[in-house]
Amino acid sequence: MKKVIMGNHALSWGAQLSRAQVIAAYPITPQTQVVELLSEMCASGELKAKFIKVESEHSAMAACIAASLAGARTFTATSAQGLTLMHELLHWASGGRLPVVMGNINRAMAPGWSIWTDQNDSLSQRDTGWIQFYCASNQEVLDTVIQAFRVSEALLIPSMVILDAFALSHTYEVVDIPDQDKVDSYLPAFNPPVRLTPADPHAFGGLTSPEHYFELRYKLQKDMEKVPQLIEETGREYERLFGRYLGQVEDYRCDDAELIFVSSGTAGYTARVAVDELREAGIKAGNLRVKVFRPFPFDKVRQILGRAKKVAVVDRNISYGHHGIFYQEVKSALYGRANGATVLGFVTGLGGRDMTPEAFKEIAEVALARDRAEEDILWIGVKR
Amino acid sequence: MKSEAPGQELEHKMKLEQKQELEQKLKEKMELEQEKAAREKEGEEEQVKRETSGKEGGRKEREEREKSAERGMREEKENRQAKEGKKETSDKKEKKMKLSLPTEELMGSGHLACQGCGATLAMRYVLKALGQKTALCIPACCWSVIDGPFPYSSLDVPIFHCAFETAAASAAGLKAGLEMVGDSETTVVAWAGDGGTFDIGIQALSGAAERNDDIIYVCYDNEAYMNTGIQRSSATPYGAWTTTTPVKHFKNRPKKDIDAIMAAHRIPYLATASVGYPEDLYKKTKKAKDISGTRFLHIYAPCPTGWKARPEDTVKLARMVVQNCIFPLYEVEFGEKYTINIRPREKKPIVDYLRLQGRFHHLTEEHVRMIQEEVDRNWERLLRRAEA
Repeated sequence: MKKVIMGNHALSWGAQLSRAQVIAAYPITPQTQVVELLSEMCASGELKAKFIKVESEHSAMAACIAASLAGARTFTATSAQGLTLMHELLHWASGGRLPVVMGNINRAMAPGWSIWTDQNDSLSQRDTGWIQFYCASNQEVLDTVIQAFRVSEALLIPSMVILDAFALSHTYEVVDIPDQDKVDSYLPAFNPPVRLTPADPHAFGGLTSPEHYFELRYKLQKDMEKVPQLIEETGREYERLFGRYLGQVEDYRCDDAELIFVSSGTAGYTARVAVDELREAGIKAGNLRVKVFRPFPFDKVRQILGRAKKVAVVDRNISYGHHGIFYQEVKSALYGRANGATVLGFVTGLGGRDMTPEAFKEIAEVALARDRAEEDILWIGVKR
Repeated sequence: MKSEAPGQELEHKMKLEQKQELEQKLKEKMELEQEKAAREKEGEEEQVKRETSGKEGGRKEREEREKSAERGMREEKENRQAKEGKKETSDKKEKKMKLSLPTEELMGSGHLACQGCGATLAMRYVLKALGQKTALCIPACCWSVIDGPFPYSSLDVPIFHCAFETAAASAAGLKAGLEMVGDSETTVVAWAGDGGTFDIGIQALSGAAERNDDIIYVCYDNEAYMNTGIQRSSATPYGAWTTTTPVKHFKNRPKKDIDAIMAAHRIPYLATASVGYPEDLYKKTKKAKDISGTRFLHIYAPCPTGWKARPEDTVKLARMVVQNCIFPLYEVEFGEKYTINIRPREKKPIVDYLRLQGRFHHLTEEHVRMIQEEVDRNWERLLRRAEA
């Protein structure tokens, strides 16, 4: 069934089709529509779930974690201040091996108050052990939620499905909403190997000495390393059922490209427009849109970027005291394998500053003029 | 509950005599030192001031403590001697007495609590009342450690060890999750200390109570952050020494009235309880179990380690605190109906209670008087509420 819906509602539909059983959420702009629609779906019975209207995001994640431990499928959504308020508990969900799925609207961190998009909120959670998906269309958002549950529950690692504030959360697009039966065949009921029950009493997460802790974390990493393959496999299965393939990256005209942009989120779609215009001007450009940031798609990145002469990583984020975050990660992935490519890091679009095809063309110009990366941060669009 | 065989009785009597001998010797020594101290204090005010804090220690502090301990021991000895005559007949009575609490244990030995820990008594009695179909959410507190390290647990019920602030939110989530997977029978309990309830956990608690989430929230109150080494919480009573309220800056704010806060949420049931009144605690827990919605139990649980009291005084303190009306036992239903469970015929003076705890030894008569006034005021207010 095709509907014209906003990005936020694509998250709600994803959770509804995935038959989420416990939702605990707290409102924050620009996420509110996610939970409003979910509330309506619970009230009407369209979604048979318990919706706990918690009093903060910290409690939202706490409740989801506990519900997941009981064996229920859990979902929540938040943004920026709410996501960072959950930080302690993000570690708890992953360390506790609880497959919570969360929608996060990328919104710039305060102060000053901003409701517009950049990626610092989610990227500053990159070490917490959550799978991170970055979406560029509402269709992708809906499809990703369903696949996130599938992957998370198979490996017992939580996921976040991320979309840009307003550029995607509040943008209306045509979305094909799959049939419930088909989704059920793809995503069976949550059946964890271990759950909290008095029938088999255990203590979960108690005092763990150096004798035991290391191995628990080793296991989490080892399971994270299985995620890329599982995303590919389940992605192909999803494609067979629904005609759309997710994958870890989107390769747009990279095959013979001499200059490849690395981008994510809606900027990744804008980049495609610029690629087409550059190609018309005779420049062999391409765009690598990263869809899965954690675990980092090392193989795909190395494989696709290995052929380029110039790589322009475009970050809508920054790690203060270092550089753009995708830039850091791409450089580290290509270390020793760059085949002589020049990797350049661009930072732009913070706080929702618009990223246009012109900006990408400016980036291309700067990249083409450099044979080496002399600066690690090339700022685009800063008013000086 | 065992009755003693004749041979054991004799052994017990001999040990008692030995103890009495020691007590006599100690008493004589104390009296000598007391005379010396009294001579030194001639001309000064008759006040005992503590120069050093609990942690810093010192000869003077030790002497003071021994003095007050001696007073306590003398009292106990008198009580025991009075009971001696009744002992043989009461032993026979025990054999015929019906036990008021179930004998089944859901808490095993081998746990890591200190000697005399009130929190373990609380857990043991509450679990007896709730039974095995119970799930606990335990945030950071003494019980996170008492239960035992991975891979052990001393309880026969499942425990979710949760983040510090989240006891109530976790319990709410756990209850929702269990219901969605088909289990609506398991009683979900948030089991937290005073720190995780009065302070860092109060937001989640208020949220759950406002939503009337179907959980039992139990706060075992040892009146400070004991697990991290005796730092003050908002449950620490006025006048107490803690590591963050040293003697020169003792806690100068009253204990937060968490029960009034919970009553303001109009939850179906809340009650105060004490580990010194196990049957009352058991009854209240059983009552709470059968009610839906948010239920709150506030259990007074002495901590000898943090209060600088003797481990063997835990039950005594837990009874004195009710008898002197510092911690009255009462219930509130829907924030309106107050029921006081124990009205002492004569309120015991608080000084006897304070004297048994090193954390109060620095208090002057003036401080004690102020505290007594506050206790009286609080008691009068409670009486008025119960009458309304």
